[in-house]
Amino acid sequence: MAKFKGAIVVNTERCKGCNLCVVACPLHVLSLTKKEVNIKGYNFAQQVLEDTCNGCASCATVCPDGCISVYKVKVENA
Amino acid sequence: MTKEEIIRPENLVYQKPTLMNDNPMHYCPGCSHGVVHKLIAEVIEEMGLEEKAIGVSPVGCAVFIYNYLDIDWEEAAHGRAPAVATAMKRLWPDRLVFTYQGDGDLACIGTAETIHALNRGENITIIFINNAIYGMTGGQMAPTTLVGMKTSTCPYGRDVHLHGYPLKMTEIAATLEGTAYVTRQSVHSVPAIRKAKKAIRKAFENSMNGKGSNLVEIVSTCNSGWKMSPEAANKWMEEHMFPFYPLGDLKDKQ
Repeated sequence: MAKFKGAIVVNTERCKGCNLCVVACPLHVLSLTKKEVNIKGYNFAQQVLEDTCNGCASCATVCPDGCISVYKVKVENA
Repeated sequence: MTKEEIIRPENLVYQKPTLMNDNPMHYCPGCSHGVVHKLIAEVIEEMGLEEKAIGVSPVGCAVFIYNYLDIDWEEAAHGRAPAVATAMKRLWPDRLVFTYQGDGDLACIGTAETIHALNRGENITIIFINNAIYGMTGGQMAPTTLVGMKTSTCPYGRDVHLHGYPLKMTEIAATLEGTAYVTRQSVHSVPAIRKAKKAIRKAFENSMNGKGSNLVEIVSTCNSGWKMSPEAANKWMEEHMFPFYPLGDLKDKQ
């Protein structure tokens, strides 16, 4: 069965750390940084689980600031 | 497969709409405005109306929407956006004219303009962001504030004997003859966002096809005004706002 693999790129300088993407992700791929902050002083979102993402784009859909770009590939017989 | 192999231009499935520029938005973290801005940009892009869309921005938090979406904008006096939109649509019938208003702008100071523009059946779309509070000025009571809801000007909760009842503008609009499509949506979850996008698209199509006026209410959060985290605000909205402001289409004239 074909399977999808995904990855996200977060525009960390635009991110305001609202946490909505972390809650929206059905696979719990994202998390806010614990200590690291961006230029505005917010803890930003990042992809913490490398292999789990399936590119559903839920995180990017709920992001109010449009910080997330989603990439998705079809993987045969994975 | 490594992350570098996945992150290639040909695999891109979702990104910030190109009509939304890189200016950092002044909204608080987690504000619903950003999501609605994105939906408007996506719908205009999909309909290919980048050069034909004219928005009217309100007074309120969304007053700076012209800084974020690269289409033509006009700023109206407080509450007068539907009147300005009426004039523009009559002068340029081939343009997509829409207003973007909050509840303080639309349901309080602009009630008369809104009701009359809708009742005249002007071919415009009104996008109404209802967060039950005056967000920009510091969380005062709005006409749409729920009974018992605490704000900075009703710290013991809205009391019906003193402050009256919340105003359901969308229900009022549904009773008017001139309206073609009246709906209430929300942007708190992925399915809700997809539905809201469809509703905005339908409203824009109706106004381009001359079917009448359209009102899309978006029940939104104001987490700063409600003094909650964005996550808690979404939950609070589901528990308290949706029973009083039920989601769904109220009127869909064929």
